[in-house]
Amino acid sequence: MDKSQAPSLVNILNQHEPEILNDWMALQSESASRRSDLISDNDLKAQSKEFLAAFRAALTSGNEDTATAAWKPVRDLLQDLSSSRANQGFSPAETASFVFSLKQPLFRSVQQDRAGGADVLAEIWKTTNLLDRLGLLVTEFHQKSRESVINRQQRELLELSTPVVKLWESILALPLIGTLDSERTQIVMESLLQTIVETGASIAIIDITGVPTVDTLVAQHLLKTVAAARLMGAECIISGIRPQIAATIVHLGVDLNSVATKATLADAFALALRRTGQMVQRVRPSSPQEATFGPHSDS
Amino acid sequence: MDRIPILKMGEFLLVSIQVDMHDRLAMTLQEDLTERIVSAHAHGVLIDISSLDVVDSFIGRMLGHIAAMSRILDAETVVVGMRPAVAITLVELGLSLPGIRTALNVEKGMDVLRRAGNSRDRLLGENGHGTVAG
Repeated sequence: MDKSQAPSLVNILNQHEPEILNDWMALQSESASRRSDLISDNDLKAQSKEFLAAFRAALTSGNEDTATAAWKPVRDLLQDLSSSRANQGFSPAETASFVFSLKQPLFRSVQQDRAGGADVLAEIWKTTNLLDRLGLLVTEFHQKSRESVINRQQRELLELSTPVVKLWESILALPLIGTLDSERTQIVMESLLQTIVETGASIAIIDITGVPTVDTLVAQHLLKTVAAARLMGAECIISGIRPQIAATIVHLGVDLNSVATKATLADAFALALRRTGQMVQRVRPSSPQEATFGPHSDS
Repeated sequence: MDRIPILKMGEFLLVSIQVDMHDRLAMTLQEDLTERIVSAHAHGVLIDISSLDVVDSFIGRMLGHIAAMSRILDAETVVVGMRPAVAITLVELGLSLPGIRTALNVEKGMDVLRRAGNSRDRLLGENGHGTVAG
């Protein structure tokens, strides 16, 4: 029964498009969700015009299911719009109001065109249905693009937060920042073992100064990394253990006896130098005695 | 029946595993190796697994057995050349091969054996790491 209605909405749009556009623009400019700091009037007008055109084209097909191919241009348009707005920092409500604010001008036109007509309500019901669906679509697109931003940042964070640095001949350092979960442990392990193969290092210092908390799971992940490095023929030293963390480890009953632990990275480095039979000397002509950098020198 | 060759290098034996291990092959290797340790008066065994893509719990246990048997015959065992992916898999399986010495490659494995030999010659109670005081 609604089949005859679709063309009439098209007719209204065809006849009154400039007025509807003006009306809509005015409404968007007045609305509280208008972000004039993020988008200029000209851009907004261009977007609105483009959307109206696509909306009309889709309506002309007579198909009212927004999931069909006839509505693809509208969906694509909304997707571009939502993702660009999501990146610009619009909130979901501000983005969705782009579509919802079209209701009022459309209703007004429908009413004027069919003043007193019996099927105004049906027409309005159909219009609101359509716009609601499109509005929900916008919210969904907005959500999706936010999620993709979050995912990308998470990946970047993972890559950034697990550097393996070569400290000295055959000594590697692995400064860990942030909480260790199983996914990160996997990446840490892989990059550590790969670097061991590439550099032929025999000692790896795992510095956990940047790890906020150590629970049994984190400790288990650490021990796994140590075991994997040992299988590759490299010894591990864990450094950067803060007093509270040492206390936590003991209270939890975690056994770290199988691995050397040091309070600071400097201590661990000194131990690594000794184990690899290396030495760093201080060159100071004025001093009669050579001071060596190592655990025994207090200077 | 195929066998895994055992090469003698000085006082050490070199075993390079390049084929997929199965029960029979592993048993033969254990027998051959113990016999060679005795006949060659070897003091160290170097097992190269760098061409193994897959090390399962069976091979892990076999390596452990070989290490234990060699130690009884007064020979140190060093497993060398494990691939990163293999190491991660073993750890995830809960097989960290305690009691087996490891080294990155054959060269480093030889160093480990030599240092172990030196400390034995000196009959000093050093723990075999041959650490040099800084």
